[in-house]
This record gives sequence, C-alpha cells and structure tokens, in this order.
Amino acid sequence: MEQQDHSAMEHQQVFKKLSVNGEPHSVGFSVHHSLLEVLREQMQLTGTKHGCELGECGTCTVLIDGQPVLSCLELAVECEGREITTVEGMMIGNDLHPLQEAFADLGAAQCGYCTPGILMTAKALLEENPAPTRDEVVSALAGNLCRCTGYHKILEGIDWAAAKMRGDEDFRPPREAIYGDPLPGEEPSDA
Amino acid sequence: MLRLPAFSFHSPETVTEAARILAQDPGNTRVVAGGTDLWPNMKRRHQGAKTIVSLRSIPEMNGICVDDKGGVVIGATTTLDTIIRNETMQEKYPTLVKAITSISSPVLRNAGTIGGNLCLDTRCTYYNQNEEWRRSISYCMKAEGDVCWVAPSSPRCWAVSSGDSVPMLCALGAEISLHSADGERVLPLAELFNDDGMDYLSKRPDEILTRVRIPAPSGERTGYWKLRRRGSIDYGVLSVAAAAWCSGETTDRIELWLGSVGSTPVRCDASIDHLTGKPLTAETIAEAAAMARKGDGANPLGNTDFAPQWRGKMIEKYVEAVLREVAGLPVERLAPHHG
Repeated sequence: MEQQDHSAMEHQQVFKKLSVNGEPHSVGFSVHHSLLEVLREQMQLTGTKHGCELGECGTCTVLIDGQPVLSCLELAVECEGREITTVEGMMIGNDLHPLQEAFADLGAAQCGYCTPGILMTAKALLEENPAPTRDEVVSALAGNLCRCTGYHKILEGIDWAAAKMRGDEDFRPPREAIYGDPLPGEEPSDA
Repeated sequence: MLRLPAFSFHSPETVTEAARILAQDPGNTRVVAGGTDLWPNMKRRHQGAKTIVSLRSIPEMNGICVDDKGGVVIGATTTLDTIIRNETMQEKYPTLVKAITSISSPVLRNAGTIGGNLCLDTRCTYYNQNEEWRRSISYCMKAEGDVCWVAPSSPRCWAVSSGDSVPMLCALGAEISLHSADGERVLPLAELFNDDGMDYLSKRPDEILTRVRIPAPSGERTGYWKLRRRGSIDYGVLSVAAAAWCSGETTDRIELWLGSVGSTPVRCDASIDHLTGKPLTAETIAEAAAMARKGDGANPLGNTDFAPQWRGKMIEKYVEAVLREVAGLPVERLAPHHG
C-alpha cells in the first residue's frame, strides 16, 4: 500500500478508565497511542521501558489480565476493563517481590534496561508454574532479550525466586552465582 | 519513541458491523486483531490506514470449537497461545500446534492471532526497515518505490510469505471463511495466496477473514520443521510441513508444503506425485526431497536471513528429514528446538 501522510489528520481523543496496578486511573489520550506511550507519557509510569517498539525485544512487557504482552504493540484504547500490571506494581506492600529481591541479590540486572520486562514475564510464569524447569524458564523468556548478563544470572534469579515463593528454604543458588556480599544467613566465601 | 500514525478507531461487536465499516472505504481501512504484524508495519510507515477496525470485541470471531464432522473451527482472532494450550488442538493436530508454537516468541503469541498469521504481510530485507533506511535506497517496489532490489530487472516483487502456520494448515486441507458486506465465501486456505510479494492475498480489501476450519483427522501422519537463526523471535526462512495418509506400506495420499521460500506457500507437486502410491522408504524420500528443491517453484532469493544458495540446499535436507519423521525412519539430524 502507498504510504499515506496522515499527519494533518485530527487526532481522535478518548477518555478512558484504565486499571493499572490495582488502581483505577482516568486518562485522556489519542486512539492511536500505544499502552506504552500512555503508561510512560500520560501516567508517568516510566518503569516500563521502550526498546525496539516493534515487538522484537520484550523490554516493554506488562501483564494484561495476568498475561505478559508487549505494551508497544497494544493500543491503550483497547485496555479499558482489563487489569494492567507494570513493574511499579510488583512490590508487595513495602517489600520487594521475591523476583526483584533475587535479581538484586544475584546481580541479575546489569544495565537494567531489559529487567522490567523480564520481571513481568517471570512473574506470569511463576504464578502459573511455581516450579518451572530450566527449559520452561528459557522458553517463557524467549521473547525478552538481554544484551548484558548472558542470561545465566537472570535464570538463576528466577530459580531462586521460585524457590522462595514455594517456601523452599533449603534452595540456595550456586555459590558462583552470588555477586558481592554473601546472602543473608550465609558465611562469607573465602574468595 | 516510534509512534503510530494517527487514525480513527472502531471496535464493532459483530462481523456484520465490521464489514459495514470496512465497506465504506476499504482502500484506507485496515482490520486488526493482535496487531503484532500491522503495528510494526504502520510504525515504520510500510502500511497506512485512515481507519482501523479492531476485531477483538467480536465474540463470534474468537474461540475454538469442534464441528459436527469432527473437524475444528478456529475463530480468526483466537490468539496463537490459546490454540497451543487448547487440549482439543493438542490431541487432534499436534504437529500444527508444534508449528504454531514455533511462531515468534511467547509474548507475541499472547497477542498474535491465527487470522493475522494467515494474512501476515510478506517480508523482505529491503522492505522491513525503517523509513530512513528505505528512503536511502529510494524505497522499493512494495512500498513507494519502483524497483525490486532483490531482482532489479524483475517486473514483480519477491517479498516472502512467512506465516508459520500456513504450510501445515494447507497440508491438512484447511478452509477459510471470508466475510464482506456482500456475504460470506468459503475457500481452501491454499487459494488465499497469490504468488506476488505485493498482491499476496486473494482476499479483497473489503473482506474479513473470520474463521479457519480444519478437517477431522483421518489417520494422517504429520511432520513440521522450521529453519531460522535463533530459537525464537526470528521469522522462519524455511518451513516444511507434510501429512501422509497410508494404508499398510502404500502412501495413498500425501501433502507436502514449503513456507518462506517464495511469495506464496509452495505445494511440492512433483514430490507428491512421486510418492503417491509408493511406500515411504529412504530411497523414495531422498528422490522426493531432491525434487522439492529443484522443481516445485521454491525460489529462495537474497532477501531473508542466510545465503539463498544454502537455503536452497536446506530445502532438500529439511524435506528429507520431515518425510523420514513421517515415515518413522531415523532422522540423522536433531529437529530444531522450538519455543
């Protein structure tokens, strides 16, 4: 199809109630704006990152009705009546979500740009499958790219968070996965 | 931020209403369900629309049901993830589920739909680029330009059909329903596609693909393999689907389809003729695989990932592997990991 210049076209505005992180928000925006644009620019929820904006990188992943989807490819106008969860909504009261805690303790975030998307995808996975195998974690994360960590720390972080969420207190991440100070309750390593 | 161009938006609740809106200005209106193909294309200004009609609020276009003949009808806006998780689909068409599981990545399968995969825009290295990149080569024939940069003397566009569900659905004999303000027509899925990178669908602009019907399984043995660089996200550069109906040693009927090797899914007619009425042995399979590479319209060009010559060689390897899998013969190479 020929490219059409619709820049002069009047923007169709809507005023919608969006439920984000359990709170209702009344937001006005143009119908052609993505959920990503509305979250970041109208609602100042900048935890959700914009990466490729073409569906290739996964950093803009949010949960819609508990399912991870890319907010860059979702029209905000279609999100009314659905529950949106972003990384800002992960904390449980004043406590970090076990995934956030495990990622911080294991250095599973390096530059951190992919982290919000990976946390959301991992959260959806663990809510559905509390004890995923390594293959299942890798498959679930197949749409979230990280260019820093080489993924191992991320996978170890998810394993550990899953164990914490299951109440498996005996689980310990591999010693070599621990970055910096020892884990709470652990002896410092000789190294 | 890479933004969508402005458009007016409709979200009808019935197919009739959607078709009515579409009929008002079909050339400047596009329907959307998952948006995983259309939105990137509109963001990069490959495709445009003054009006967008979302099909998501139409209940009759969503869901999976078994029909009275034991076949399955899938609404076009059913997400790929819903299909993969559906127990009826897993039980009746496990190889189709495997093919759909290979599409893109989990987050995209949560939004992408089966109708969108069937109508997927054809792809090309010289087309799927941002506006600045394409402007620097004076665009290409498929969007705004005059030349096909893959084959500059060619009068036609060679963009590639890469819907991963298509070869398997064609092999299984699926049918589709197209609705317009004038009514409904049903046609074999294979007839949806034209061998032209620009005019790649026989669907008229005022028609909406509403559902896919797959015939009841009738003892077929099936296989599907897909080639791409990474295990997810990437579009396939070759997919091979086969379904064989055998009685004893003899192949009564076989369907063999290739995807991502041209502007249309390719039915391997010579290979099919060669195998029909014969047993599936290592020898007949090797012969049929060689025919699939040479004689059936599969024409990998330099407009996807990997060198076209190598992709041509892989057609033979992959067809042989899929047919051996169908025949229950050992396959030397491991099947690629999907998901």
